[in-house]
Amino acid sequence: MSAISLSGVVKRFGKITAVDHLDLEVEPGICLGLLGPNGAGKSTTMRLLTGQAIADEGAIRVLEHTLPADAKRARADMGVVPQLDNLDVDVTVEENLAVFARLYRVPDVHAAVERALALARLTGRRTDAVDELSGGMRRRLLLARGLVHQPRMVLLDEPTVGLDPQIRTQLWTLIDDLRTGGATILMSTHYIEEAERLADEVALMAAGRVIARGRPAALIAEHAGRETAEIYGPPDRLAEARGLAEAQGLRVRPAGPAIAVVGAERAVDGAVPDDAVRRAASLEDVFVLLTGEEAE
Amino acid sequence: MSEVGARRLEPAAIGGVMSREVANFRTFWKATTFSSVLEPIVYLLAFGLGLGATVVDEIDGLPYVEFVGTGMVATAVIFSSALPAMFGTFVKHRFQNTYDAILAAPVDVEELVTAEMLWIGLRAGFYGCFPLLVSMAFGLDPEPGMLLVPLFCFTTALGFAAFGIAVAATVGKIDQFNYVTTLVITPLFLVAGTFFPIDGLPEGLQVAANANPLYHLVELVRHAAFGFEATDLIRFTVLVAFAAVMWRIAVRRMEERLID
Repeated sequence: MSAISLSGVVKRFGKITAVDHLDLEVEPGICLGLLGPNGAGKSTTMRLLTGQAIADEGAIRVLEHTLPADAKRARADMGVVPQLDNLDVDVTVEENLAVFARLYRVPDVHAAVERALALARLTGRRTDAVDELSGGMRRRLLLARGLVHQPRMVLLDEPTVGLDPQIRTQLWTLIDDLRTGGATILMSTHYIEEAERLADEVALMAAGRVIARGRPAALIAEHAGRETAEIYGPPDRLAEARGLAEAQGLRVRPAGPAIAVVGAERAVDGAVPDDAVRRAASLEDVFVLLTGEEAE
Repeated sequence: MSEVGARRLEPAAIGGVMSREVANFRTFWKATTFSSVLEPIVYLLAFGLGLGATVVDEIDGLPYVEFVGTGMVATAVIFSSALPAMFGTFVKHRFQNTYDAILAAPVDVEELVTAEMLWIGLRAGFYGCFPLLVSMAFGLDPEPGMLLVPLFCFTTALGFAAFGIAVAATVGKIDQFNYVTTLVITPLFLVAGTFFPIDGLPEGLQVAANANPLYHLVELVRHAAFGFEATDLIRFTVLVAFAAVMWRIAVRRMEERLID
């Protein structure tokens, strides 16, 4: 049975349909990256899974619990790491963890706090107030708080958004350890690299629906082929190169100051100029092709 | 993972939320206690001794300082319940996203609101007694009935905490609290019989005062100090009913605000 099952789920906010007939199954023990641009419906999907949003249509089951009726029990079995830092900043690190251990009905609060402190590598800062911690430490604490009860499933909502690369790498290590430990993870992100590194499978969301899903390598092979060629130059040259590539049925996408010809291994007769930068096709190519958005 | 039942109002959930409040309170209890002790002293000096010594000697046979001292309990209760509930709820919801974190755990909105009310009620029940203690320093004799004052304060504070939570869940901007304090809270505490008896007011205001929970609290506290009356059970029932009705309103408003 799936750890998460959404079937025909719709969530509207007035005239805006944030989640539009979403079907999504997440098998136990995998890390599924929910990848999509801002406004794709990722965060709303997360809130639907915790019962903090109620679907207008469709059915949701989480860890054998039917939502929203049984949302409280479902939440007891899952951990949530939010996008926004909502720690109690005046309170000590260990008190922040202890409060959530109590909220999750952990029998041995002390042991849970010790374990979470070790996980976040904050044992030495346990008596410090949160506002004395660095940004990276606060993020680690936020993650440890969501894991204080050793949940079967974890929802990570943009876990590294706004963090500098060094802190992001620290967080990735923690998330990777969690995945290796066998927890089911649903991770929303709009960072391509994050999804590629951590997710067993990626579901690409746009306009409230999953528009593609699979292992990153399979998605790349299906939608972007083997090779992408980036062509740089003045606008006239880029327009000419685009025309040549599209005439051969190749897909072209913007790539910052350049254009990227996707599936460049199929190009013939100079459709890709010799000075183009050729590289392996990536999930970013898939993301931009399918969503029409620039990747981060 | 321990058992999490599907039943309403689980003590573990309510206790967990209250433990968060206690953890935070430890960081600012000195300032709160300081103002809770000093404020009634200032009021008693200004009204009790100042006005009492120069303009009013006695009211209803009571020295004015004792009349005001017992009435000040209600003022302490509303200011240590409604205002913290309004501002605390708004800040935790809008600025700190605290409720998003709590509601991601196995806690529902009803438990969250109940825990917030209970915590504020306990605090206000405690701090509400300070004016009485200060009044004793000004000559008020201790009476056994006064042991019930914390209960009266707690019950009233539950209602006003729920009122504050409901207001916080209703307003769009924090500035709009000004309307509530000016149009609701200030009239309530002025027309509660704290500084002057309400039987000197126009008849319409006297009737309105009977719908004011603070007035019933003032009367209960005075009767606890100077002798209970048969109507006091009704007054206490009014306070319980006020708390119960405001509780349901607060839960409803917060559900509308917190659950999309």
